This record gives sequence, structure tokens and C-alpha cells, in this order.
Amino acid sequence: MTAVTPAPPSTAVRPAPAGPVPPGRPAGRSRLRTLAGFAFGAALLFAVAPLVLSDFRLALLAKYLCVAMVAVGIGIAWGRGGMLTLGQGVFFGLGGYAMAMHLKLADAGPGGMPDFMQLYGQLDELPLWWRPFASPWFALPATVLLPMAVAFGLGSLVFRRRVRGAYFAILSQALAAAMVILLIGQQGTTGGTNGLTDIKGFFGYDLDDPVNQRMVYFIIAGTLLALLALTRQLIHSRYGELLVAVRDGEERVRFLGYDPASVKLVAYVVAAGMAGLAGALFVPAVGIISPALIGIVPSIEFVIGVAVGGRATLLGPVLGAVAVAWARTALSERFPGTWTYLQGLLFVVVVAFLPGGLASLWALARRRDVAAQPQRRGRLSLGRRRAERTEVPAA
Amino acid sequence: MSLFRGRRILAGAMTLVAAAAMTACGSKTTDEGGATGVTADVSGDTVKVGLLNSLSGTMAISEVTVRDSIMLAVEEINAAGGVLGKKIQPVGEDGASDWPTFAEKAEKLISEDRVAAVFGCWTSASRKAVKPVFEKNKALLFYPVQYEGLEQSPYIFYTGATTNQQIVPGLDYLKSQGAKSVYLVGSDYVFPRTANKIIKAYATANGMTVLGEDYAPLGSTEFGTIVNKVKSSGADAVFNTLNGDSNVAFFKEYKSAGLSAAAMPVVSVSIAEEEVKGIGTQYLEGQLTAWNYYQTTPGAANSKFVAAYKAKYGADKPTSDPMEAAYVGVHLWKAMVEKAGAFDVEKVRSASDGITFDAPEGLVTVDGKTQHIAKTARIGKIGADGLITEVWNSGKPVAPDPYLKTYPWASGLS
Repeated sequence: MTAVTPAPPSTAVRPAPAGPVPPGRPAGRSRLRTLAGFAFGAALLFAVAPLVLSDFRLALLAKYLCVAMVAVGIGIAWGRGGMLTLGQGVFFGLGGYAMAMHLKLADAGPGGMPDFMQLYGQLDELPLWWRPFASPWFALPATVLLPMAVAFGLGSLVFRRRVRGAYFAILSQALAAAMVILLIGQQGTTGGTNGLTDIKGFFGYDLDDPVNQRMVYFIIAGTLLALLALTRQLIHSRYGELLVAVRDGEERVRFLGYDPASVKLVAYVVAAGMAGLAGALFVPAVGIISPALIGIVPSIEFVIGVAVGGRATLLGPVLGAVAVAWARTALSERFPGTWTYLQGLLFVVVVAFLPGGLASLWALARRRDVAAQPQRRGRLSLGRRRAERTEVPAA
Repeated sequence: MSLFRGRRILAGAMTLVAAAAMTACGSKTTDEGGATGVTADVSGDTVKVGLLNSLSGTMAISEVTVRDSIMLAVEEINAAGGVLGKKIQPVGEDGASDWPTFAEKAEKLISEDRVAAVFGCWTSASRKAVKPVFEKNKALLFYPVQYEGLEQSPYIFYTGATTNQQIVPGLDYLKSQGAKSVYLVGSDYVFPRTANKIIKAYATANGMTVLGEDYAPLGSTEFGTIVNKVKSSGADAVFNTLNGDSNVAFFKEYKSAGLSAAAMPVVSVSIAEEEVKGIGTQYLEGQLTAWNYYQTTPGAANSKFVAAYKAKYGADKPTSDPMEAAYVGVHLWKAMVEKAGAFDVEKVRSASDGITFDAPEGLVTVDGKTQHIAKTARIGKIGADGLITEVWNSGKPVAPDPYLKTYPWASGLS
């Protein structure tokens, strides 16, 4: 289900690319470091976390990791591709609703209807558009493919017309607002503001059982690692270099004979697929999907996590998303009355003093070593942007 | 030439990890009821209870007042010796006006703090979000707000009104005043939509006409169109289920369109004393509300409640129906625990039937079957001083009927 291999843009198949060639790197060492990083991450997620965290905290971590998946996608679209997607909630919601609809139907049993439909809709039979979701063979692929299809449709329209910058951000946000209004208005068939709640089973597993909650956590952790591996391959491929080139100079890339629209489209669609997958896994982990999770505010919160972590790096978005979500929980538990101020303060401090995000702490530490060799930094005329681009992922 | 340079080792490792994740331990066979209910920690000389209200976000303005009155009840009980000899230790959490956060915090209160009961929630969406959490852990929630009915969870006590204790009496009152047609205005969420469904069924059965039905998004302040439609409909009355800030904009627009309480009265079900203050009495004077309690409700219990509240939080702070219902909830829980002789949830539940409390709103009785409480319905008129004066009441407590089973016209609703 994570086979989200983006098609290479057709114009990009040239034997000798005219763009800047990615800086050569000893491939063996890099691969070893990556492997070590993944092994470390896997050990942390699969061994340490389940051992030291209570069932409740582990379930919270599962929720944070879902947000981190969305963040990985935003890292690609925004960090590497320069598209400020303020509407990832839409794709998260599509994935989440597709999964929740299936689980609700599975809970209701064959021929049954979700409880809320009789309550609010007074429907006698299942609406037509709900029916395909009864089959897991439709619902599971739909959690990823539906958001990707929507992103493809929207992206094809928008990127060809060269809509970008603030206009693109506004458009993506309008989409989130529209989706929320649609869901709330159709209370009888979507559950309205309540959303889809009270999900009891997950493919035959009782979600009330802590053992099964643990299994859901492992699935989520595994999926996140898989997405990270996929993303690493993507940003180190030639396509990844092209994407950064489009971000830094779209007109130049066009002039060189590439089609920036399709380059951006791939990144946008991949990000949407990741958000959809995250939404789908969020549902069994948290047991609810509602318009409150997919509107403008949560969509912005996804982006905040990425900004705090460092948008252009591989691990930055994950660290940022988990850190922000964790801080939210920790602060609100300790200071229920004033935590929102503290959270705001945190964002201000990070943005003001650490514009590259948490991941740039690593780079900052390294820069100190590099300071002895000024000629190397002097070559990077674009300063921080350039530094972001060549940032070697910590893992 | 491949665009994606192969890294077979990496791919292999990832496949392994993914496979491990998929086959990770999961058990299909669980004992009946799934999770073993977390039992409350009552070993010490205190007993913890959870307070789950929005202290931030759009709902904070209303929910903070509920938190305040729960705290008042807790202090009163502690001053009188606690519950079963144990002092209550409140644990507060912020629901942040966000439904999944409510679920997260409910889980935290139950499984980390091991509270004996939780008091709180306001919106239906937050209640729906926490309901599975309480049912899974077999823990208790006391929900203090009037709501749309059609629900009966074994682990929730509903101390606010259900529809037959608020909306139906409101409609009865309009009918008795000779209203033949109504216009429905509400915020776009579950409570107004469900309430309006019930109102339409009532209207059909009682020869009333519903001339229109409009919804504004929560927080919307754009009411020009809706008020114009209301005005041109010529309805005898308006039934208003708007929530929060929207009321301010609606009533301002209502007045500037030349409509008034005399020409076309508005019955509101979400405007209490606290909201009247925020909207401004000049816009609301003479308009009607349907509740079970007003600050002006007569009786010694209410005088004591109002005086204690003002002494603690300030003389300018009004008391309102949801605050009173939350206050009553804490006292009812104490009575249930003492009758049961234990904090055990199942014992408390089975002890609940017939528990009475001399509440500020008058005598209330717990109905053990529905876990709602019998309350007196009261229609009030908003005065120039911002207080609401009762113009009609049901005379005696109305038995709760969340599914409206005793009303023939409602047979198609649930």
C-alpha cells in the first residue's frame, strides 16, 4: 500500500542534464550512514518506545507519527518543491474518511448501516457513494489513491496555469474550508461536525484491546519508516534534484527544457498520498475522524510542525511534527490554563532563532567545524537556501 | 538510465521492517468487553475527579464558566467532609475546543490519573468523541449541557435537558401563545440540525408551519440574508438554535431590520445569562429563552448557589443553566457514591436510580434507566437588566425521554 512510486517526468529523460550536477558523495559511506540511521530509528520506535511508554502514551505516539507522515509529504512539496500546501487536511481527511467509512460499515456488519445515519439522516438504506467502501479491496487503496487523484486533478489545473506562491497557498486553503463545509452540511451521510466516531474494530481486531492498539502502533511506525525510505530515495534521485531546481528557479528550469508543472505535480501528488495514508492510519489509532481534523486550522498546524522541524530536510518534518504534537500534549497537561501562550512562544522562538528548524541544530553544530575552512562556505552564494538544499539528512 | 538509483539493501531492510510491523502481535480473541476497565485509584485519603472543559478555543468562553461552577461544588463538598470521608482532588484538562483532544484528555484522565468520575464536555461533537473512551474504560462522565437527545450511554449521566425538557416545552409555549408558523435559524452542526428535525415533526403534528430553515457556519457573523428571509417570511415566531458569537451578529441584524420581540419573538435555546451579557441587552430585551434554570429562579437552594458563586468569582458574574447543571452533577455523583457506599462505577450506576437533589433549579431526580434527570422546564423573558425572568414553567419536573418515545409525532425520529 505504500507503493507510491512517482512516474519520472517525461521531459527529464536526457542523457546529460543541463542543470547543475548533484555534488558527488561517497555513495558507500552515505548508504551505510543511512542504514545506521534507519536501524536506530527502527530500534527507537519498535523496541524502546513500546518498552518505556504506557499504553496511553504509546497510543499518543501513534497519533503523533500519523501527523509526522503528513509532515514528510509537506517536506517534499514545500521543503523541496517550494509549494506551500496549506490544505493537506483535505488529503488527510479523504484518507481518514475512506478508512473510517470502511471500518464503520465493517462494525455494522453485512447489510448494516452506521449508527448515526438512522439518527441524523433517517435513511432507510446506505447511500450509493458509501457502498463501495464496504469492500476492503476498494477502501484500502482508496485511502491513498483518492487523495492522489484529487491532488492530481487540482495540481494539473493549477501548476499548468503557473499559479504559485501565496495564490497556491490560498487555493489549497480554500479547498480545506470547502471540504469542511461540505462534510458538515451533509450530516445525515457524513456525521456532520461529529465526524465518524466510535470505531470499534480494525479488520476483525477489537480496537478496545490494548494489544491491538499496540499492533496499530507498530503498523504506523513501520509505515512511517517506509515512507522515510521512499522519501530519501526520492530526494536523492535526479528527480529530487530537479524538484529543488524548480523550487529555486522555476523559469530557469523551464528555459533548460524541463516542464516544471509536471515536476511539481509529482511532488504534490506524493505528498497527498502520504497525507491520505496518514489519515487512514490515524482512524484506528485515535478512533475518530471529524471535520475538526481537516479544516484550515489543522492544515496550518501540519505546516507549523514542518517549519519547526526544518522543511528542507528528510528528518526535520518528522522531528518537528512529533515535537510540536508532544509539546502540545505536555504543555496542556501541565498548564491547562495557559499552555496556548507557551505554545505560541515556542513557535516564535523557533522561527526567530532557528529559521532552519530543529534539524538545523545539526547543521549549526557542523558549521562550527566548517568555520575553519571559509573557502567552502564562501562558494555558496545563495547562503541559507543553498545550505538547505545540500543538507545531508541526519539519518 | 534510471532516475531512482537502486539501493537494494535499504529496500530490503525496509521490506523487513514493514513485514514485521504487519505481522506484529495482534490478538483477535479478547474477553467480553475488550479492555479491562481501569479502576479508579481511591487508595489514599483523597479521590481524584477529572474536569474536562475547553479552556482555549471558541468554546472556552462558555466552558470556563462550567469549570468554575464544578470547582465551586467540589469546594462545597470538601468543606462538608468530602465523599465517603475522602476529599475530592480535581484534575483539570483542557479540551481546547477540539474533539479528538477531548478524547485524548479523557483517556489521560481515566488511565493515567485514574479518576473516579469526569465532569465536563459541552458540544455534542466533544461528547460523541469521548463516549467510546468512557464506554471502553467503563468510566463515568457527567455531561452538563442541554443537547439534542437520541443518546443513552451507560457510562454518561446527562444532567442537562434532553429535547423533551427544553425544545418541546418551548414549542408548547409558542403554540399556547397562538403561534401558527415558525422560522428556524441555527448554527451548522449536529445539535441545531437534529433539534430542527424534531421541531419539524412537532410542527407537522400540531398544525404549525415551518416557513424556512437556515444554517450559518459556527462562528459566522454574516446574517443579512438570513434576517431578510426571516423578515419576508412573516412567521409568527423564530426558533433560534444559533450558538456562540453568531447570536451577536444575528440579533444586531434582527434589530436593524426593524424586527422586535413584540412583532416576531425569537425563542433561543443557547442563550443564557452569560451570553446575554455578551450580546447586549438592548438587542435581546423581551426575547424568549427555553431552559431549566435562571439566575432568578426562586428558592433557597438557588439563593445559596448564586451567593456562593458571586462570592467566589465576583459580583458581576451571572449564573446560568449549564453552570447549574454542572454544579448539580457533582452533587448527584456524591449522592450516588454515598448511596452505593463505594466509588466503583457499576455500583454507582446501579445506585443512581431515584437519587434526588434539592438543586438551584428545584428538585431533580435521577432516572436510572436513561441516566438523565427529571427537570422542570422553564420559559423565560430577557429583561433590560440582562437577567431572565420566568414567564412559564412546567409546574413539575418533566421525566426525561431522550428518544421521545412517549410522543406519537416523534415516532419516525429514532
